[in-house]
Amino acid sequence: MTFEEIKLKLVSRFGDSVILKEEVTGLQAALFVHVEDLIPVCSFLRDTEGLYFDFLSNITAVDYEDHFTIVYHLSSLPYQHTVVLKVELEGNRSLDELPEIPSVTSVWRTADWHEREAFDLMGIYFSGHPDLRRILLPDDWEGYPLRKDYQEAEKYHGININ
Amino acid sequence: MANPKYKEALDRYERHLTEISTQEMVLNMGPQHPSTHGVLRLQLITDGEIVKEVVPHLGYLHRCFDKHAESLNYGKTIPFTDRLDYLASMNNSHAFVMGVERMLGLDSKIPKRIEYIRVLVCELNRIASHLIAIGTYGIDIGATTPFLWCFRDREHIMNMLEWASGSRMLYNYIWVGGLFYDLPVGFETRCAEFINYFKPKLIELDEILTQNQIFISRTANIGVLPADVAINYGVSGPMLRASGIKWDLRRIDGYSVYPEIDFEIPVGKGAMGSIGDCWDRYKVRVDEVHESVRIVEQCLERLQKDFKRTADFDPRGLVPKKVNLKAQDYYVRAENPKGELGFYFVTKEKSDIPLRVKSRGPSFNNLSVISELGKGVLIADLIAILGSIDIVLGEVDR
Repeated sequence: MTFEEIKLKLVSRFGDSVILKEEVTGLQAALFVHVEDLIPVCSFLRDTEGLYFDFLSNITAVDYEDHFTIVYHLSSLPYQHTVVLKVELEGNRSLDELPEIPSVTSVWRTADWHEREAFDLMGIYFSGHPDLRRILLPDDWEGYPLRKDYQEAEKYHGININ
Repeated sequence: MANPKYKEALDRYERHLTEISTQEMVLNMGPQHPSTHGVLRLQLITDGEIVKEVVPHLGYLHRCFDKHAESLNYGKTIPFTDRLDYLASMNNSHAFVMGVERMLGLDSKIPKRIEYIRVLVCELNRIASHLIAIGTYGIDIGATTPFLWCFRDREHIMNMLEWASGSRMLYNYIWVGGLFYDLPVGFETRCAEFINYFKPKLIELDEILTQNQIFISRTANIGVLPADVAINYGVSGPMLRASGIKWDLRRIDGYSVYPEIDFEIPVGKGAMGSIGDCWDRYKVRVDEVHESVRIVEQCLERLQKDFKRTADFDPRGLVPKKVNLKAQDYYVRAENPKGELGFYFVTKEKSDIPLRVKSRGPSFNNLSVISELGKGVLIADLIAILGSIDIVLGEVDR
């Protein structure tokens, strides 16, 4: 199924407002959806005949400095087509108030560790995630290293690390 | 035994045994244990010999690949990709390089000889990686000999790739737009000799391990992974194929020169037990080694006939001095020995340093299914299950 057909299917189910914008100039076309529509859109993409996006390849959090973007790369094993979903989140830089997005763990279990990684390294809070602990860094690590404004700490447990 | 009082003591003893209190215990497997194939720590919540829950702890080998990649230019990142799945470095660099070449619009201009050399070294590396998977799986189960045989044969591949690239495991051989060097003179002949040597060894390996009754008893019907669970967990590669799904990106995406090459995609058939058990996962890898041998033979034939070495051939002819990209993003995926390796690039305008690179390691996703597979199994079977996943911690932790 082509990108246009996938878009049409989504629009006919959720209405025009579901797609905030689209990116078609690059090598892989992407759809931007609203953060509140994410779970219904994902469930629809996975379960609808003709779409069956049953395989979540990758979740990436990207820091564009003025905002964060969460990118979902989906593919379908039965139909061998792919689609890119993007969700933009406001760039709140405070470490006490992380940008929040619903977790898609209930749709694809792949999301479990990918979301933990995004939480760990980029500081995105995935609400509804069953086990949102840090995954690669130690539990007591401070800050989110992949953020563009991350300041490296001088010491870790009294050990000089710089 | 008419009088019940004669049985009193026996009853008391049996009641005592049934009323004994059992309790759950936390058991740490790893991070320093050979059966975890690296520095992986599995926290097991056990009741006696039964595993109730598996909690994996990762990150002991975290080397900040994503962070490194966004502070270095594309060419300088290739050595870092080698260290992701360090048992299949060629495949890692191939995937990374393919992504950058596609973004540059170079991908259709790469000479056929370079593409065939890339596929040749990638498939040799795939054989080497699968040999480790098979050999270490044997030793996990308790068979020492196949381990030694596999390492012996792998060493021949390591020596050949060292001859081509100058390094034994971490090659930095495939570059954006070309190769580090052409193959050394005589490589094709030596490689053909290796294939001739290797084919009978594969039959020997089949006889000692694949058909071994002890091995079958330890692996058949153990850790059965149904296809729907596998897909939902993002499992890919031999593990997904063992669950009966014919999904191989070399065929699906048809990248590089794979569409011109004839090979089969082995899937799990449940020959010894059920589809998607440990034995199937092992068997798919063995079959893939046979297929890779076929691919290597075809590459060698074409490299010696259609795309011969010529005096004016320059493997660095298309290597860009500076990679200048426009702002864009691209997700590239390739079939690694362990599954789908992906790189997601977000590039900056007029800069040779990316804004963001995310690596999607196949082992990372394949390992996440362990908590599902490990529920309610014996501790000894958990070792068999973990070995059949074939993880490389360099790629899990990145």
